[in-house]
Amino acid sequence: MKLTDWKELTWQGYLRAGGRMGIRNKTLVVYTVECASHVAREIVRTVNRPDVEVIGFGGCTDNAYAIRLLCSLVTHPNVGAVLAVGLGCEYTRADRLAKAASHAGREAAHLFIQENGGTTLSIKKGVEIVYDMLKKLENTPRASMGFGDLVIGAECGGSDFTSGLAGNVVVGKFYDMLEEMGGTPIFEEIVEAVGLKDILLRRAADEKAREQLACTYEKALAYCKSVHQYSVSPGNFAGGLTTIEEKSMGAFAKSGSKPIRGVLKAAMTPPGKGLWLLDSTPDPHFMQFGITNPNDNEGLMALISCGCHLTILVTGRGNVTGSAAAPVVKVTGNHDTYVKMEEDMDFDAGPVLEGRASPEEMAEALLRYIAGICGGQRTKAEKLGHREFCIPYKYQDKEVIVRQCERSI
Amino acid sequence: MVNGMDNRKAKAFQIEPSDNVATALTAVPKGRFVLLGGGREGLFDAAEDIPQGHKVALCPVKKGEAVIKYGVPIGEATEDIIAGQWVHLHCMKSGYDERSSGLDIHTGVPSDIAYTGT
Repeated sequence: MKLTDWKELTWQGYLRAGGRMGIRNKTLVVYTVECASHVAREIVRTVNRPDVEVIGFGGCTDNAYAIRLLCSLVTHPNVGAVLAVGLGCEYTRADRLAKAASHAGREAAHLFIQENGGTTLSIKKGVEIVYDMLKKLENTPRASMGFGDLVIGAECGGSDFTSGLAGNVVVGKFYDMLEEMGGTPIFEEIVEAVGLKDILLRRAADEKAREQLACTYEKALAYCKSVHQYSVSPGNFAGGLTTIEEKSMGAFAKSGSKPIRGVLKAAMTPPGKGLWLLDSTPDPHFMQFGITNPNDNEGLMALISCGCHLTILVTGRGNVTGSAAAPVVKVTGNHDTYVKMEEDMDFDAGPVLEGRASPEEMAEALLRYIAGICGGQRTKAEKLGHREFCIPYKYQDKEVIVRQCERSI
Repeated sequence: MVNGMDNRKAKAFQIEPSDNVATALTAVPKGRFVLLGGGREGLFDAAEDIPQGHKVALCPVKKGEAVIKYGVPIGEATEDIIAGQWVHLHCMKSGYDERSSGLDIHTGVPSDIAYTGT
């Protein structure tokens, strides 16, 4: 099929107020402190429907980053309804979260456990509210959508020598196709661009993007130096990667070859179509950089908070994870890993290394698979019930602040 | 056959023509292997056993010179490397990450933090 034909392909999405469209029609039950998490989880467990999911933030003291992330998730295009569950005395406010969702046209409600007589009564009330929401969601308007309407995120998790030779190369080709069809690809992991400053800057779409990329690169390098940790693990070394520069080149391949429009921060909707870099690393503040980024799910969550309808996780060694709010497509360039974990792996890019298919052919096969997922087919993780999430405390600026690092450009 | 491994199936992949290392797609025992990609496909000799996923030098690299993969420097040689040699933590280093130079060359495990019970 030619790219122009793929561009014409459509499927039925869910139309949200304001015109955004989703590929799922999910109900999120959101706890706003760890004390409320059991009640929220029990509501979801009792309702027991694949598109009713729990997310939450464990801290009692609120954090601007976490609130931005929660707000972006309760108004995500894949989300149709939101029940916010609070204990009642915490800083993070369930009522304000529900209000934000309601303003964005979502079915929304909140409950405070302290006002509802404790665990059992709160679960009962929550279940009733969710059933009522599910009934209303049956009438969500549908609209046709295509690749040009899609926002897709990509990151690596558990890289090996095949990631830079096959998995990320195929995703990069797919990203080039998505960009040409008018879609919005986002790639993550600026800490895996260490050593590639010139290569990164050459890809900037314009001077503003170049400034943002330079600034973000310098911050990521300072961050790695500060936490004494580069984004490369014992498993990576044992598998044959020797330096962060080598891993960076392999990881950067997933960005494809198109101009980078600029740098997004977590929970920021891309200002336009085309290719964007998401910076999910902490920004410096009074506690320096704070702790290191925790895990792959947190990276996926940050991508989803930018409005990604779907994310791609490239893994050579194999991974099982999924995510709340948006489907995760797991791609491996390692054929042995695919065979060993076929239950979990969505896509085998390994034929590229065996010379059985070109990266372009595999990218088209990936495009076909993703079209099916957008049309309602379930990913491997969705079938197995994976709905992980991770929303940590973090300090991050709302947007790239260029003046902080003019000196280093 | 060397160490029970079959040389006829041994393969390595060179990404860019300017690369001075290739990646072993299979375990490559000392001796002949097939080099793919990079525009110079053919037979090549490994001077020692190369584990799967690891790098093999395609030409001599002098101490201090860049190790090239993906067409870009991924670090520098810390000793003179001969053609066919296994290229890893023991003979090259990152220009950024100092910690990686102290890792175990086989397991990648760090030894700079003590695990001491009370």
